[in-house]
Amino acid sequence: MQKYDIVANGLRGLNKALQEQEIDTNQTRWEIINPKGSHAIAVGVKAPIEVTIKGSTGYYCAGMNQLATVRIEGSVGPGVAENMMSGTVIVEGDASQYAGATGHGGLLLIRGNASSRCGISMKGIDIVVQGNIGHMSAFMGQSGNLVVCGNAGEALGDSLYEANIFVRGSVKSLGVDCVEKEMNSALMSNLQSLLDQSNIKVAVEDFKRFGSARKLYNFSIDNAY
Amino acid sequence: MCGIVGLFLKDQALKERLGNLLEGMLISMTDRGPDSAGIAVYGKPKSGRIKITVQSDSSDFDFKTLKDELLKKIDESIILQRNDSHAVLTVNASKSDAVRNVILNSSMNLRVISEGESIEIYKAVGEPRQVASRFHLSEMCGSHAVGHTRMATESAVTTEGAHPFSTGKDQCLVHNGSLSNHNSLRRRLIRKGLRIESMNDTEVGAAYLTWKMQNGDSLDEALANSLRDLDGFFTFVVGTKNGFGVVRDPIACKPAVLAETDQYVAFGSEYRALVHLPEIETAEVWEPEPATVYFWNH
Repeated sequence: MQKYDIVANGLRGLNKALQEQEIDTNQTRWEIINPKGSHAIAVGVKAPIEVTIKGSTGYYCAGMNQLATVRIEGSVGPGVAENMMSGTVIVEGDASQYAGATGHGGLLLIRGNASSRCGISMKGIDIVVQGNIGHMSAFMGQSGNLVVCGNAGEALGDSLYEANIFVRGSVKSLGVDCVEKEMNSALMSNLQSLLDQSNIKVAVEDFKRFGSARKLYNFSIDNAY
Repeated sequence: MCGIVGLFLKDQALKERLGNLLEGMLISMTDRGPDSAGIAVYGKPKSGRIKITVQSDSSDFDFKTLKDELLKKIDESIILQRNDSHAVLTVNASKSDAVRNVILNSSMNLRVISEGESIEIYKAVGEPRQVASRFHLSEMCGSHAVGHTRMATESAVTTEGAHPFSTGKDQCLVHNGSLSNHNSLRRRLIRKGLRIESMNDTEVGAAYLTWKMQNGDSLDEALANSLRDLDGFFTFVVGTKNGFGVVRDPIACKPAVLAETDQYVAFGSEYRALVHLPEIETAEVWEPEPATVYFWNH
């Protein structure tokens, strides 16, 4: 196990060391101490390593992640796992705004609540939130799954493209062009798999599914250039 | 951008450490606002006395001239405590308007930046670390305090544009964001008799809250009304003689973190601002909800 103290050794040294790990590295487990809310911890990691951060972080933790599993034993600031490509990011506490924004792939699991704009412009990432999410979540979501075990805030799924949203609790309001849609067996099995990966024991039957009504201007072929 | 910090003590055993704790919080927000910094500290009120914080553009200003003039024209009992380019005058409550008039009508080019039973404000252009050290923030005591690090957007980088703004007795406001209807609101508030001295948007926000409170609102009611009448982006932290309030606009782009323990309530634009506080590891830490007023009172 590699141990790194951010206060003693600095953030740049940490990110350099993590980014230098190749796919076949034998330094596969890292423990980061004293994060103290620092920004951009463990960004741009592209090897299948396990990184555990012992405490809360600031902006953009685990951004652009590929292959790595990053676990944060605390809460995270804005933009956790922003533009993640693959791998897994697990937040044991809460996440601030735009968690998983623009993510292309991988799994972002938030054990607490996520605030506003969770999964904004998501492009294939799977996001599972065990608690609640704030307003304008999945805004302009293009693909991927947003699973919310608690409640969703205002304007859920505004201007959605093809992302799927599953909410177990209440939805304060739906955004423009977002509607409740029927569940089907393929979606339910996908949802079950995400819950299993997240080790969350709730029934898939309790969830409602939301998606795009495809009525906005950009969905009409007559408006194409 | 901009950084906000605030500390409201529930346990007065910490009051000797208020300035010291706030200094660490303020400096941690330097990269959110490196161009100016300011603080409002609420100390112990003295019965029948009012504190007036006066500010000069120059660290070399000879405040003795001011004191002599005030002693001659107003009162024998005025106390003047100089702190770099600022001075706090402690005067009999009945004389505060007269003192203010002498200051504003003199040729000394001084500004009155706060007035009240317990509030003192210090603010200047410069990095937060320099500003804190210039005014000896770490030595200050009190029951609550707010601080601001500024990255200017709506008005120039000047001492007048630095936060906190105080437009009513013992009231102050710090702001992260920008208001878009401040020009029209400034005209309306000036017509209603409010004193607004800069072109800064936040000062208009402060004057709005003062106006609401003059008309019977409590601080939490005034903050709730601000959500309807102020247009733009804001995370506000407000101080009054006994209270400390937080509100964010409904879009809530501007970051905010609150922490509470048995000893204090703390606000930071980011969690980084709170990491040096005692027992922060076991504090309840949360992000304030949009369009929701949070308020604590002694």
